Amino acid sequence: MLGLLARRLAAALPTLAGVVVVTFVMTRALPGDPAAYFAGPAATREAVEEIRRQLGLDQPLWVQFGRYLADLARGDLGVSITTGQPVLSDIAQRLPASAELTLLGLLIAAGFGIPMGVAAALRPNSWVDHLCRVVATAGVSLPTFFTGLLLVYVFYYLLGWAPAPLGRLDAFSSPPPHVTGFHLIDSALAGDGETFLAAAAQLVLPALTLGIFALAPIARMTRGAMLAVMSSDFIRAARASGLAGRTIVIRYALRNALLPVVTTLGMVLSFLLGANVLVEKVFAWPGIGSYAVEALIASDYVPVQGFVMTMAALYVALNLLIDLAYQAIDPRVRIEA
Amino acid sequence: MSALSHARHVLAENPVTALSFCLFALLALAALAGPALVPYDPLASSDRALAPPSALHWFGTDNLGRDVFSRVVVATRLDLGMAFAAVALVFVTGTLAGVTAGFLGGWTDRVIGRLTDTIMAFPLFVLAMGLVAAAGNTVANVVYATAIINFPIYARVARTEANIRRDAGFVEAARLAGASTATVMLGEVLPNVLPIMMVQVSLTMGYAILNTAGLSFIGLGIRPPTAEWGIMVAEGAGYIVSGEWWIALFPGLALMLAVFTFNLMGDGLRDIVDPRRRT
Repeated sequence: MLGLLARRLAAALPTLAGVVVVTFVMTRALPGDPAAYFAGPAATREAVEEIRRQLGLDQPLWVQFGRYLADLARGDLGVSITTGQPVLSDIAQRLPASAELTLLGLLIAAGFGIPMGVAAALRPNSWVDHLCRVVATAGVSLPTFFTGLLLVYVFYYLLGWAPAPLGRLDAFSSPPPHVTGFHLIDSALAGDGETFLAAAAQLVLPALTLGIFALAPIARMTRGAMLAVMSSDFIRAARASGLAGRTIVIRYALRNALLPVVTTLGMVLSFLLGANVLVEKVFAWPGIGSYAVEALIASDYVPVQGFVMTMAALYVALNLLIDLAYQAIDPRVRIEA
Repeated sequence: MSALSHARHVLAENPVTALSFCLFALLALAALAGPALVPYDPLASSDRALAPPSALHWFGTDNLGRDVFSRVVVATRLDLGMAFAAVALVFVTGTLAGVTAGFLGGWTDRVIGRLTDTIMAFPLFVLAMGLVAAAGNTVANVVYATAIINFPIYARVARTEANIRRDAGFVEAARLAGASTATVMLGEVLPNVLPIMMVQVSLTMGYAILNTAGLSFIGLGIRPPTAEWGIMVAEGAGYIVSGEWWIALFPGLALMLAVFTFNLMGDGLRDIVDPRRRT
């Protein structure tokens, strides 16, 4: 397993190198002259030249790239002009909020999408199947920011069930002591039921918005995979042996059908991480997505680049995890050494 | 015309596809003739601000008293136009790159494969955000970014399809007849790959519309006061919590309808072009 891990890590290196090159080009392609941009609008010509020297922009491109790599290795993503803080610490502080939201969204999507796909595959052309198809097509057609607003209108304005869409906690609650950074887990650890409920109430609508979006591809894939597995020989053999329907579906079919579903998780995560930005803006969620959007609006580009870099690194790492999980589930899959 | 009768058969079999063609005609009409059809100037404000939908203003008015219906219809041309420009761009570049990679193989294939892998290493919407932020906040850059994030889909599909046909009989025949590699690739393989790539156009059009509207929703690309669905939803977002639902709802519905239409149409076109892949 360790050798496998090393091989997968090595295979991810060229991808990571590509990511670093792309983000480097982004930092050097800043609109106009980066030195003039960092010096500010009131700077003199000398000040701009001074900044250019400080930033190393007068050096050849490969020297700049070397400096960029060295900065990255030290975890230096630059300093945000708006917050005055290093981008890395800003992102680290806001990451748990985004992670909690995205993971819950994924859980909701898998929790509804997989059973729906299974039910549709067991009865092709029944009403469940048609419902599954409609949901799958409608789900990918919904702009997440629009779904979020609809949910806010119905559950906050009309029904009054949900709190105002203004962040992770309402004004009357204080955040639980920091352990994992996930409000739900931290408040549960602290035994603070009130904060737990307050955090959960704020989390439901944005997580549901993400979940509805990611549900479509999961349901669609599960349906396809289950259909293929249910018509295979070993299922027929299990049926012929008189096994109970439940055992066949769950123990035999679903376990095999989940394999292709796990591989699509990578694509689903790509969608989720992108949709996260839009959902965070709608719900004023203090995560890294809204951090990047606020920086964009203030024309503060260093945090945006740090955000893109972080997201890409996270995404590469998550894909690696999915790969490893896939090989753990299915011993037949072995990458060629 | 067997292709035509086959298309008619599929349409009759699948009323949903027929519906999607009707919806597409409606969208095309709004995009082409929208400004001439609407009752009000989409940019003109009036003293009837925040009026709910009525016979006078079908979709109500926004905070500046602009007619939401007129704005939604006029925005069709811009939203579809941006997405279409991006898809047209990636259709040409992605198909050519994919066919070249699949047909030639070797280092060309490796370089293009590496390029698509690098793009796919990013969450795609995040990459589009970063590209527009780096290259400058303009409409053209939103179109380029949308084309870039769609590039891997086109390049990969075209690569697979070209690779299958690499040693097909008609390719061998053309080679034996003395055609050059470029002639065989562009004259024999490319035309055979094109129908499948056309289906991709419809399938990715919906995603491109979502992407450009999402970028304008967070303030990239189109600027207010231009009528554009993403911006209109963003402008209406603040009024949702106070109950003025119509400002965000109608542009959002228009956006959804457009994406839904292209997704349905893409599925339908796939059935016509490639019956084996019917699900």
